[in-house]
Amino acid sequence: MTVAAWLRAGIQNRRDREIEADERSIISPADRKQWSVRIVLFLVQALILVGLLIVGLGPLLWLAKSAISTTQDIITDPLGIFPSGVLQWQNLVTAWEQSAIGKYMLNTAVIAAGQAVVTLFVCTTCAYCLSVLKPRWAPILSAGILATLFVPSIIALVPLYLTILDLPIVGGSLIDNYFALWLPGAANAFMILVTKRFFDSLPRDLFEAARIDGAGAWRIFLVIVLPLSRPILGVVGLITIMASWKDFLWPLLVITNRELQPISVALFLNLKNTELSVQMAALFIALIVPVALFVVFQKQFLRGVSASAGVKG
Amino acid sequence: MAPRVWSRRGGLTAIIFALPALIVFGYFSWGPIVRGLIMSWQRINFAAEPSWVGWSNFAYVLSDPLLPQAVGNTLLFVALGLVIGFPVPLFLAVFMAELRKSKRLFNLLAYLPVVIPPVVAILLWKTFYDPGATGLFNQILGFFGIAPLGWLNSPALALPSMVIEATWAGAGATVIIYIAALTGVRSELYEAADLDGAGIWSKIWNVTLPQIRGVIIIMVLLQLIGTMQVFAEPFLFTGGGPSNSTMTVLLMIYNYAFVSQDFGAASALSTLLALALGVLSLAYFAATKKWSTE
Repeated sequence: MTVAAWLRAGIQNRRDREIEADERSIISPADRKQWSVRIVLFLVQALILVGLLIVGLGPLLWLAKSAISTTQDIITDPLGIFPSGVLQWQNLVTAWEQSAIGKYMLNTAVIAAGQAVVTLFVCTTCAYCLSVLKPRWAPILSAGILATLFVPSIIALVPLYLTILDLPIVGGSLIDNYFALWLPGAANAFMILVTKRFFDSLPRDLFEAARIDGAGAWRIFLVIVLPLSRPILGVVGLITIMASWKDFLWPLLVITNRELQPISVALFLNLKNTELSVQMAALFIALIVPVALFVVFQKQFLRGVSASAGVKG
Repeated sequence: MAPRVWSRRGGLTAIIFALPALIVFGYFSWGPIVRGLIMSWQRINFAAEPSWVGWSNFAYVLSDPLLPQAVGNTLLFVALGLVIGFPVPLFLAVFMAELRKSKRLFNLLAYLPVVIPPVVAILLWKTFYDPGATGLFNQILGFFGIAPLGWLNSPALALPSMVIEATWAGAGATVIIYIAALTGVRSELYEAADLDGAGIWSKIWNVTLPQIRGVIIIMVLLQLIGTMQVFAEPFLFTGGGPSNSTMTVLLMIYNYAFVSQDFGAASALSTLLALALGVLSLAYFAATKKWSTE
């Protein structure tokens, strides 16, 4: 059997099991055939759907509406739909130009993309070392990385800031340098753990065969491990990008140059004295990218969320 | 082992592959952690070398009249977060796992608030919490004949208001994780319960919840660890007010370090908070270890 067929069979197998597991749950198939159960189930589901629509989508729709409303309308009748009949599309233009949202979004995109690259680089090299090369000292490295999961990050906040301010040993400062975000951000034990688990599941025969063919550690890493790991690399990349997009406190501390700040920090610093309708327009624009990313890559996200909590499956 | 044999066996390659992680974790994770502990016993200022000051940072922090209030507020936030934030995702997940159709839509809607950047979410909710009679939440209360509330302007309601927003922002992730755990419950158990004639509630109580109790404990611990370090909400909603009713421990650390430049006091308080969190972390570690071997 070729590798591809082997992998496909494995995935198919898992899918079958998932479907099978789906068939029987709290409500038994016999119950599901009863009309009374069906009606109650339908009602409960309809109720949850309405609730989720109001709570999950409602605020976003409200923001979309307010982004093109007049300030007067937002303040006097927040639940009305354009009570004065005026659709103020101008808000979006004003927000874009006056608050320079475009520039800050570009900064955020550069920060998030760079974070994904740096995190993936650290994760894959480290996971390859721990999972495939397995030197004798691997357990020590592994313990050193995993232990950071159990040391509360708060204790490092202030000293990490001082480290960035005045780099020990090498000297210099990383203030206003995106590496001040990327390098500490790449020290993420969860991501290494998830990547290592995936590498562990790759068939060892492949590495053996490649080694017999004369491939070295580098070649196996680049030609076999990385291409086979695309699914997990996608998940790690997406979660990293999203977390970086949401980050606030750390960039507020280390990126002080207004020209370089990401959108979260810029919104916080610049919006205070802006008109409410323009504020809402700016918030709405800031929201589009993460929501679009999530809707497009929904499946990968949700799989990643389940995986990062260490839940099997 | 001779160096050449060692290098031919790939010893050097392994080190090169481990190097990025070693640098990043050593320099930006372990280094600061150790430095933070040391700084708790030092006086730091930019003009001179740090000097040792014994326990005075701890004494200073512990005698700060604001500390009891900050600890109380943080614990209240943790407790309210648990009361509101624990049952909601669990109920949602149990019902959503029973869905046969449009699972994706439900998951999408539940997770949507989680992807919203906290700054955007908080600035948006600040508008919802407008204390005037025409504020969005006050108008909704008006439909039920309830008088307008002060929300963030009221010392009694400011903290609960933040907990509601924080629960809204975080519950989706917990729902998804519970659903993943629920699909892992073995169907034989339900089959056996059906044969015994168990009802739906009895199955939830006797099969479903015990089967995912490991995940439940882990999620509760993670939530405790997260809410004890609450920062963005008080910082962005109120800055700690009104009259310090939303001052939290992390906000105090931030103020020590970045407002009064007292890095020693900030480190001492960080160490104390980390100590409390460390106990929870150990419980988390024990829980994951126990239930991942089961």
